[in-house]
Amino acid sequence: MSELLVSVLLLAGAAFMVVAAIGVLRLPDLPTRMHATTKASALGTMMTMAGVAFHFEDSTVTARVVAIVIFIFLTAPIAAHVIGRAGYLTGTKLWAGTIKDELQERYDPKTHRLSSGLEKNEPRTSSARSKDLSKGQK
Amino acid sequence: MLNVVINIIYLTLSLALLFAFIRLTRGPSLPDRVVALELIASIVVGYVGVHAIDTGVASFLDVAIVIALTAFLATIGFARFVERGGVKNE
Repeated sequence: MSELLVSVLLLAGAAFMVVAAIGVLRLPDLPTRMHATTKASALGTMMTMAGVAFHFEDSTVTARVVAIVIFIFLTAPIAAHVIGRAGYLTGTKLWAGTIKDELQERYDPKTHRLSSGLEKNEPRTSSARSKDLSKGQK
Repeated sequence: MLNVVINIIYLTLSLALLFAFIRLTRGPSLPDRVVALELIASIVVGYVGVHAIDTGVASFLDVAIVIALTAFLATIGFARFVERGGVKNE
């Protein structure tokens, strides 16, 4: 019974990792590739680690497995966000079939600032405050 | 039964490593390569877990922890490097 459970978990984890690898190979641009890798490979690693925990059935091993899973759960989204942001800001080309790029008219690559598109309607004070804030950051 | 399954998984993960490596060598921009590297790191974490089951040595899990940690730090470092204008996109 336990062996069957371990086998199923390991096979499912390996299958998810292969799906992630096929995605990173076949998809056309950076955001779609990240969409394939971050979720599928994190789930694949977690399933493999769950299989390891069920195989050993030992409290110290289980503790380490839980540590690995929590660590991946915390770091995979952060890493994906950071590298996707860096890729967009340096001007990586998007796929030709992209139909929506919300940042395109909002983000100014020269001043490195993001606008909401509602600046004209804003009261004077709040725009002055945001200028002060941006000065403080530099 | 578990032996056969473990062999199948080694084969599958090797295939995944090959695909990720092709993207690592071909990737048109640096962020693409970083994504491929991150994928390779998590595939290797899975490899290490399967190897721990195969050999019965649970200490291999520490290796998996360290690989996951270094992969995360490398990704953050590469992202800072790209964003601070290390390599402009071609």
